[in-house]
Formats: sequence, C-alpha cells, structure tokens
Amino acid sequence: MKIRMPALALLLLAAPHSHGEEAAAILARVDRNLSARTRIAESSMTIHSRRGSRTLTARSYAEGTRKSFTEYLAPTAEKGTKMLKLARQLWLYSPATDRTIQISGHLLRQPVMGSDLSYEDLMDDRKLAEIYEGRIAGEEEIAGRRAWVLELVARVADAAYPRQKIWVDRERDVPLRQELYAKSGKLLKEVTYAEATRVEGRWYPRQVRYRDVLKQGQGTELTVSKITFDQPIPEWIFSKAALKQ
Amino acid sequence: MIRFLLKGILQDRHRSLLPLIVICIGVALTVLGHAWVTGVMGESIDMSARFSTGHLKVMTRAYAGEQAQIPLDLALSGATALLDELRREVPGVDWAPRIRFGGLIDFPDSSGATRAQGPAAGYAIDLLTPGAAEAARFNLASALLTGRLPLHPEEALLTQDFAEKFAVQPGDTFTFIGSTMEGSMAFHNLTVAGTVRFGIAALDHGAFIIDLSAGRQALAMPDAAGEILGFFRDDRYSQRRADALAAAFNARHSRGDDEFSPFMVTMREQEGMARLLDYAHLVALILVTIFLLAMSVVLWNTGLIGGLRRYGEFGVRLALGEGKNHLYKTLILEALLIGMIGSAAGTLIGLGLAWYLQSSGLDIGYASKTSTMMMPAIMRARITTADWYIGFIPGLLSMTLGSALSGLGIYKRNTAQLFKELDA
Repeated sequence: MKIRMPALALLLLAAPHSHGEEAAAILARVDRNLSARTRIAESSMTIHSRRGSRTLTARSYAEGTRKSFTEYLAPTAEKGTKMLKLARQLWLYSPATDRTIQISGHLLRQPVMGSDLSYEDLMDDRKLAEIYEGRIAGEEEIAGRRAWVLELVARVADAAYPRQKIWVDRERDVPLRQELYAKSGKLLKEVTYAEATRVEGRWYPRQVRYRDVLKQGQGTELTVSKITFDQPIPEWIFSKAALKQ
Repeated sequence: MIRFLLKGILQDRHRSLLPLIVICIGVALTVLGHAWVTGVMGESIDMSARFSTGHLKVMTRAYAGEQAQIPLDLALSGATALLDELRREVPGVDWAPRIRFGGLIDFPDSSGATRAQGPAAGYAIDLLTPGAAEAARFNLASALLTGRLPLHPEEALLTQDFAEKFAVQPGDTFTFIGSTMEGSMAFHNLTVAGTVRFGIAALDHGAFIIDLSAGRQALAMPDAAGEILGFFRDDRYSQRRADALAAAFNARHSRGDDEFSPFMVTMREQEGMARLLDYAHLVALILVTIFLLAMSVVLWNTGLIGGLRRYGEFGVRLALGEGKNHLYKTLILEALLIGMIGSAAGTLIGLGLAWYLQSSGLDIGYASKTSTMMMPAIMRARITTADWYIGFIPGLLSMTLGSALSGLGIYKRNTAQLFKELDA
C-alpha cells in the first residue's frame, strides 16, 4: 500500500503531461496539412445574411504566416478591391476611391465584407501549435469521421480567441470542427470543415463554414476551388504598389 | 377702503416690508425653478426628437428590434413609396427619411496615404431638396462655424472638435470606410464643406453630416432609408396622438411574420425615451411640489407672524370700538394686497431671471465633454404660460391664509380684559 499510493500519484501527474505532448503532436500534424511555405488559391465566399445570400470570389497569395495578398474578382461592386497583410499590418485598396487605407484598431474586429469573419480572423494566420497548447479531452465521431477532441488555451497574449475546442480527424489530421471562445468562456464562433481532399500529398478541407454565434445570420461558407502549395510568388505582390495595379 | 389699506402698507414699512420681501423672493425662486426644470428637461427631449427619435419613427420590424446597433442590413427598402403613403395617410406630420451609420473616416496626406483616421458617426439627411426642413431640425445654420452648408452630394459637414483633432479645414477631402446595406465594404470620398458645433457632446465628439443622396450612394442603399422620422407640425408631442397614429399605421402595414415590413414607433418607445420622459415629468413634479410646499410654509408663516406681531395693535383697535369682523376683514384685505404686490413683483423678477437663463443659458460643456448622452452643452430655462401663475397663486394664497389663521385670535379677545393686557 505504501508503495502503491506514490506510484498512483506519479501516474496521475504524468498523465496530463503525456496527453499534452500528444495534443501538441496532433496540432503539429494539422499545421503540416494546413500551412505551407507559399499558397495560391481561388475561392468563393457565400455570405448568408437575414436578407439573403451573396457570393464573392477572390484570388489570394500567401507566403508563410506573415504575408498575404487578396484580390476580389466578383461581384462588380467588389471587383478590384484588394487587401494586403504584412506581419501585423493590413491595408485595403478601393478602386472606387483610388485610396489605399490602413486598417487598424477596433476596425480589425469588424466583419470582412459583411461575413462572419473579422479582419482579425484573416490576420491571424499563425500555426495552431504556435498559438495554442492543450490537452486531448476525448474522442468523438463527427460527420462520420473518428475525431480527437482537443481543448486548447492560448500560449500567446495576442491570440484572437484565448480558448478553443477543436475536433481533429484521427486519420487525416485535418480539423472537422472548431468552437472559438472569448477569455470569459463565452462561445463566439463555430467553424465546420468539410470536403477534405488530397492536394499535393496533403489533406486539405476545401469547404469551411464560419458562424458568428453573436449574429443572427446563417453563417459564411468559404469554398476553395483551386489551391497550390509551395509555388514561387513574385516579391512585388506583397507590396503596397501592387494594390493599385 | 382698499386705497386706505394700500396707503397704510406703503407708508408703514414696519408691517409690510418683511412679508413683501419674503413673498417676493419665494415667488421669484418658484418661477425661476419651474422655468429652469421645464427648460432643461424640455430641451433634452426636444433635442432627442430632432436629432434621433422624431415624434414618430418608421423602421423595419427587424431594425426596430436592434435599433441601438443601427443595423443597416435591416433598413427599409422602397422608401419613396412608403414616404408617399405616409404623407397621404398620416396627416399633420412631416416625414423625413434618414440614414444613421457608423464607420471610420480617413484623412489622406499629400501623397494619398493615411495621415490620420478615427471612428465617426454619420448622418445622411435631406440637405439638398429645396424646402427640406432637415437643416433647420439640425440647426445647421447656427451650428456652422467655418465654411458653408453642403451644396453638392459629395460635400460633408464635419463637427468642429473632430476637424480640430485631425487638423481638417473646409476644402479638405476624406474617405469614409464602413459597411454597405448588404454588408460589403463601403468606401466613399467626400469634401469638407464646413464645420459645425451642435453643443451636444455626444455628437461633437466625432460626427459628419452628408446629404441623403450621398449616403444612399456610399452605403449602396438605393431607394432605402434606415429610418423615416415623423415630426408633428405643431411641434408639440402628444403621446395619445402618437399612439393612435402608430397603432393605425401598424394595423395597415406591419405584419408580425415579415421582419422587413414597416413598423411605426412613438418617441416614448425608443432608446430609453420612456424613462427620460417619465423621469423628466417626475423630476419636474417633485421639484415644483417640494418648492411650492416649502415656499407655501414660509409664506404662510410670514402671514402668521405678521398677524401675531400686530397683537397689540388689534387690542388698541378693539378697545377703541372697532368691530371684530371689520378688523378681521381689513387684516385679510391687507394680506391679500401684500400677497398681490409681493407675488407680482416676485413673478416679474423670477421671469426676468428665467428670461436671462433662457437667452444666455448656463454652459456645462466642461462637465459633458466625455458624455455620450444627447444633452445640450448649454442648459437653458424655458418660460411657459405656467410660470405666470405657478408662483403667484401660492404666494397670494399662503400669505392670505396665514393671516386669516393668525387673525382668528381677534375673535377670542375679551373687551373687558383688553386694557389689562395693554397695561401689562
């Protein structure tokens, strides 16, 4: 008995540590699927509001997690609008006014094009393992797939969501669902992933649905129609001069 | 007899001066207090009506539910047809479509890059239609400090504090960034036509005003309006009338199963106005009641003391053979005359002071600099019909009743004992 009690305590203390390590390994595998040295994509964003739905299409370029450039292609009202992100700075170009405007402060929390995504969501492109640490809370079946359930807490002070819960496909290492929480524990957004396909040797979810639970809309669907990884992107794309071209 | 008594009052200051002064001060303070409370409360309510709530307001049912957030995506569409119906169906009310919106305004440097930017509240109102009353409702002509009123849709008025903060002058351009009615990004270039100061801290912090047509273009709201405000032509808000008009309109046009159908609300039903209206009414009632009661007690006491001080005089007059009824009657008449003179003088002084505070006002701008409430930076009194009698009547009655009560002692005096009392 004298021997077994300390041994049990040791086991209990060790258990979370090993689960933490396992969670970190899962996150690293998810990051390997979602992140790349460069990424060029064409996507459509369908925004479901209380008055109806509308779809925007865009082409985007990203290099690592610090540089990205997006150009809206349709509809006419948005065509030519461009966004440039360099580290923690964001600029918008509007062809209607021919102005390049830096977005900062509280405006970063505003929705992008009326969607359920904020500029802050777009800005924070860092790898999950860089921002969060956590533990495996269990296993569940979601959309017919076996998934790890991870409870994550931000390890950095500037995370857009201090806490989140993520369901990761056990076989493909892609997220199936995310719940994003405020520091107070209030649920802010729900994200569901679908249509995971093999792209250049990795699994990648082509459909993502964001829902801001504080809004009354039906959410925003992001569908990636084309994507290539690790292709060279000219440096001038990530410059303010490219916004006016 | 009145002439005789009046002569006595004017010549014998010993018995009339103190009561006259007390009545005069009391009545003047009552009149001033009432005019002040009426002015301050009335101005806040009137200002809210002109800038924000109207006497009536039409919105979509969905917009009405989230009005505080100004949800442009839930705005009224088909505003022109609705406006025609309102003008036809609701008589005696002027209707004004408006768009309230928020966003960021960005001031460029000479190269077009961002020099400064800040959050701003926007008002798109009908400035350019000949005969439109919106400029007058916003009091723009008086509020204008530099430049001129907009003459073109691409021109804007900027609040002076905002202009000073960002070193902007008439002729400078800026870009508005916000969200359109369908949620897209709105970018719109505007030129500063002039700068204004409303004296309302909540607005002067950072607001700009543009013509409705510019607002519709910037926010992609063709033939739409966030809200349509109704103003009673006689400028007097009547809750009963507003309730009746709103109920009739909603019965005809608003459907519970369609969140985008128009819905009319009264001023009382908006943005905490019920509380403000009830509060204003209650505060006015409490202040005036307390003041009137306090003043009545003071004036009553003055009458009472005046009567008691003349105990000896009444004794002499009774001893000389003056009838008790006659003595009591002269006492009452005298009190009535003192009350009339004091109340009239007090009313005039009170009205004079109220008139000064009505025309000059009291600047509380320093205290409301950080306030987000829609309240005037200069508080003013407002003289109403009630001020002509609100102090006069209690001044007159209290003095007379006080004297009448103290004078009852006359009937208890025994003639046989009068000389003994006088000797003592």
